[in-house]
Amino acid sequence: MLPTSLPTLSRRVLALAALAALTALTAPASHAATPKDTLVVALAFDDIISLDPAEVFEISAGELMGNAYDRLVRFDVADPSRLMGDVAKGWTVSADGKSFSFELKPGLKFASGNPLTAEDVAWSLQRSVLIDKSPAFILTQFGLTKDNVKEKVKATGALTLTLETDKAYAPSFVLNCLTANVAAIVDKKLVLSKEANGDLGYGWLKTNYAGSGAWKIREWRANELVVLERNNNYHGAKAKLARVMFRHFKESATQRLTLEKGDVDVARNLTPQDLAALGANKDVKVTATPKGTVYYISLNQKNPNLAKPEVREAMKWLVDYAGIGETLIKNIGVVNQNFLPQGLLGASKESPYKLDVAKAKALLAKAGLPNGFKVTMDVRTVQPVSGIAEAFQQTAKRAGVEIEILPGDGKQTLTKYRARTHDMYIGQWGADYWDPHTNADTFARNPDNADDAKSKPLAWRNAWAIPELTKKADAAVLERDAKKRAAMYTEIQAEFRKTSPFLMIFQQTEVAALRGNVEGLKLGPTSDTTYYAGVIKK
Amino acid sequence: MNLGRAGSTAKAAGRLLATVALTYLGLLAVTFFIGRVIPVDPALAIVGDRAPEHVLQRVREEMGLNKPVWQQFALYVGKAAQGDFGTSVLTRNPVWQDIAKTFPATLELATCGILIGAGLGVPLGVWAAVRRGGVADQVVRVMALVGYSVPIFWLGLMGLLVFYAKLGWVGGPGRIDVAFEYSVPTVSGLLLLDAALAGEWEAWGNAFSHLALPAALLGYFSMAYISRMTRSFMLNELAAEYIVAARAKGLSEARIIWRHALRNAMVPLVTVIALSYAGLLEGSVLTETVFAWPGLGLYITNSLQNADMNAVLGGTIVVGTVFIGLNLLSDVLYRLLDPRTRAR
Repeated sequence: MLPTSLPTLSRRVLALAALAALTALTAPASHAATPKDTLVVALAFDDIISLDPAEVFEISAGELMGNAYDRLVRFDVADPSRLMGDVAKGWTVSADGKSFSFELKPGLKFASGNPLTAEDVAWSLQRSVLIDKSPAFILTQFGLTKDNVKEKVKATGALTLTLETDKAYAPSFVLNCLTANVAAIVDKKLVLSKEANGDLGYGWLKTNYAGSGAWKIREWRANELVVLERNNNYHGAKAKLARVMFRHFKESATQRLTLEKGDVDVARNLTPQDLAALGANKDVKVTATPKGTVYYISLNQKNPNLAKPEVREAMKWLVDYAGIGETLIKNIGVVNQNFLPQGLLGASKESPYKLDVAKAKALLAKAGLPNGFKVTMDVRTVQPVSGIAEAFQQTAKRAGVEIEILPGDGKQTLTKYRARTHDMYIGQWGADYWDPHTNADTFARNPDNADDAKSKPLAWRNAWAIPELTKKADAAVLERDAKKRAAMYTEIQAEFRKTSPFLMIFQQTEVAALRGNVEGLKLGPTSDTTYYAGVIKK
Repeated sequence: MNLGRAGSTAKAAGRLLATVALTYLGLLAVTFFIGRVIPVDPALAIVGDRAPEHVLQRVREEMGLNKPVWQQFALYVGKAAQGDFGTSVLTRNPVWQDIAKTFPATLELATCGILIGAGLGVPLGVWAAVRRGGVADQVVRVMALVGYSVPIFWLGLMGLLVFYAKLGWVGGPGRIDVAFEYSVPTVSGLLLLDAALAGEWEAWGNAFSHLALPAALLGYFSMAYISRMTRSFMLNELAAEYIVAARAKGLSEARIIWRHALRNAMVPLVTVIALSYAGLLEGSVLTETVFAWPGLGLYITNSLQNADMNAVLGGTIVVGTVFIGLNLLSDVLYRLLDPRTRAR
C-alpha cells in the first residue's frame, strides 16, 4: 500500500532519505575541466558542407581551412594591408604586370610526409579551376579558365612556379586573391591516390584532409564534433596545444552555460544578452575583432516606388543608425554607411546619414508620394537582422512608409532574393578575399542587368543598372598604384552612398568569450584568419 | 484443411506486406512533395550565396532538379527500393550512414525516456484513479498539467541551469565529455551499451551523467500523458461490475487493483505507451537542440531547412518503420493480453 497513513515524522525522514539517495545516485563524476593539452571551442558549425578547399566557402569551414592548409601568401593579421609569404619565400611581378613568379621555401612537407613542391602548388590552383565549385571565380576572374589553366599556372622547377593573368591587374589584387581558401595547397600525390572517375579526388577530399598547415583535420562529424590535431611536419611555429575540439552547440544559452561551467574553453556564438551577462563572471574574458562583413537593407529597383531616386535617398534618412548602434548591435557591430568594411584598402569613414523624418518626408513628397507607400521586406528570422528590420519598420512608418515584414528561413529568403522577386531585403555580405574588389564587384558592378545575365552580383539582384559605375570599378582593379587605387574606391563609395539602392547599416564585430586561462587567441578579420597555433592554456 | 489454412495465412501476410508497402509509398510521396513545395532552392543549400550562376545551374542538373517532379520521385523510389538512399548534401555522407549515427543516439534517449515515463506514469495513474478526488489525484493532476503546458525547451534550459551549472549533478550538453571522445569503440552506437561492452566504466558513468537529464525530461513529459491515460482507463475498469463482484467475494483491494483492474486497463494502455515511445523515437527536436544531442530529430529538421531531400526522406523512412513496427508490436501484445482476440 502507499504510505499515505504513515505518521508525519517518518514521512519527513523518508523524504530526506529519498533526497539523499538521489544525490548519491547522481553524484557527479569528478568534474574535470577540459584536458590541459586540448582547446575546446563551442561553435555553431552547421554551415560546414565540405572540407575540400576548392569548394569551402562557409564561415566555419573557412576557419578550418585557414588552420589546416597553407597557401602561397597570407596577409598579416595585425596589419591586413601587408602580405607575407606562406610557403612562398618570395615573388616577382613581370614588367608588363601579367606574370607572377613565385619561389617556394625549401624542404617543405605535407602532414602525410610527402614533400611539398611547386608542382603541388600549381596542381592545386589548376584543380580549383577545373573542379569549378562556388569559390572558383576568385581565381577565374583574372583570366584562368578550364581550358587554359594548365598553360597559365605552371611549375618551372622543383621550387618555382609562374602564374599568368589576362590583364595587368593591380598586383595587390592578384596576391590578395591567392590568400583565399580556394588557393590552398593540397597534397597532389595523396589526393590523386584517392581519385575516382576523374574527380580529381573531390569525392574523397570533401570529407578528408590532405594539407600542410599547422593543424591536421582528424575528423568532421556533422553537427557534432570537429577535431584538429597538431601537425608536427608544419614549416612554421608548431602549434602549442595538441588538439582543438569544436563542439557544435547551436544555442547561445548552451554555449554560455558550458563556458561558465568550464566544459568548453571558448564560446563563439553568444548573443549580446549572453555576452553582457558574462561580463559579471571573473573567470571569463572576451576578445573582439572587426570583421569584413557588412549588413545592409536593399531596395529592388523593379519596384516602381523604390526605383525613384528621391525614395532611395529618403529611405536612407529613415534608419535610426544611432539607436541601432547603441542597442541592437552593441558589442557586435559598429555603424558603417559604406560598402567597404574598415580595414580594406580605400575604406571610407564617411557617414552622412542619420534619422531625419522631416527630410525623408520632403523627399517623398518630391517623388510624388507625400503620404508614403506600402512595401514588403524579406527578413530572416535571426538576430540581429530581424530586430533591425523591426526598428526600421517603426521609423519608416513615421514618414508614411508601411513596411510589411515577410519572415523566412535563411535559404528561403535567399532563394527569393537571388530570383530578385523581393521588394526589400535585409542581408549581409562578407569579403570573399581581402581586397576591396570583392565588395566593389558585387555592390558597385552590374555588367548586364537583363534577367538572364551571366553574372548576378548584388547590384543585379536589386536590378540596379549602373554602366558608368561598373566602368569605374573595372578601372580600379587595374590600377597598379595603391594610392591612386584607394582614391578610386573612395570616389566610387561617395557616389554609391548618394545614389545606390543600398542602405548600408553596420560592420560586424566578432566577439568570442574565453576562459581566463586561455591566452593567445585572436579572432581574424576574415573567417580563415582565426588561428589556433599560438593558443596556450595556463 | 491444412492447405486452406496455410493459404489464408499466406494471404494475410501478403495483405500485410501490401499495406506496409503502400504506407511507405504514401509516406514518401507526401514528404517528397512537401519538400518540393517549400520555397527553397535545394541547389542553393550546396553552392551557397556566392555561387556564380553557371555553378548553380550545373548543380541543379546534377541533382536532377530540372526534371519534372514526378520523374524525380520515380527515380528516388526506384533507387530507394534497391537500398540506395542517396547522399546528404549537408554532411556529404550516404544517408544510411548518417542515420546509423543519429538513430542510436535518439534510441538511447527515447528508451530511457519511455522507461521512466511508463515506469512512473502507470503507477501514478493507478494511484490517482484509486484516490479519485483525493490529494493524490490532485497532485498527479498538477504534475501532469505542468508536463503538458510547460515548453520543453524552457524546462530543458532550466534543468541545465540547476542540475548542471549550479549543482553539478549531471553532465552538460552533448553525449559525452570531450575527454572521453575516442575512448569508446562504436559497436551499436548506443553509448551506454558500447561503453559497458568495452569495460570503460568511467566513460559509462560520464555518458550516463549526460543522458540523465534529457532522459528524465522526456520521461517526465511522457509520464504526464501516460498517467492521465492510465487514470481514465482505470476509472473505467474500477466502475465495472466484475470489480463489484470481486469486492463482494472479499478479495484484497491490492489484488483487485493490480491483478484485475490494471490487467484489463493494460490492453488499451499498451497502445498508448507504444505510440508515446514511437513519438520519442522520432527524435524530440527541441530536446535535442537544447542538449546538443546529435539525434534523428535534429538531423531531419536541419535537413528539411536546407531542402536536403535525400536526408529528409531517409529519416522519414526510419520514422515510418518505427511507427509500423511498434504498431505491429502493440497488436501482438494486445493479443497476448486480451484472450478474446486470440484465435481459437
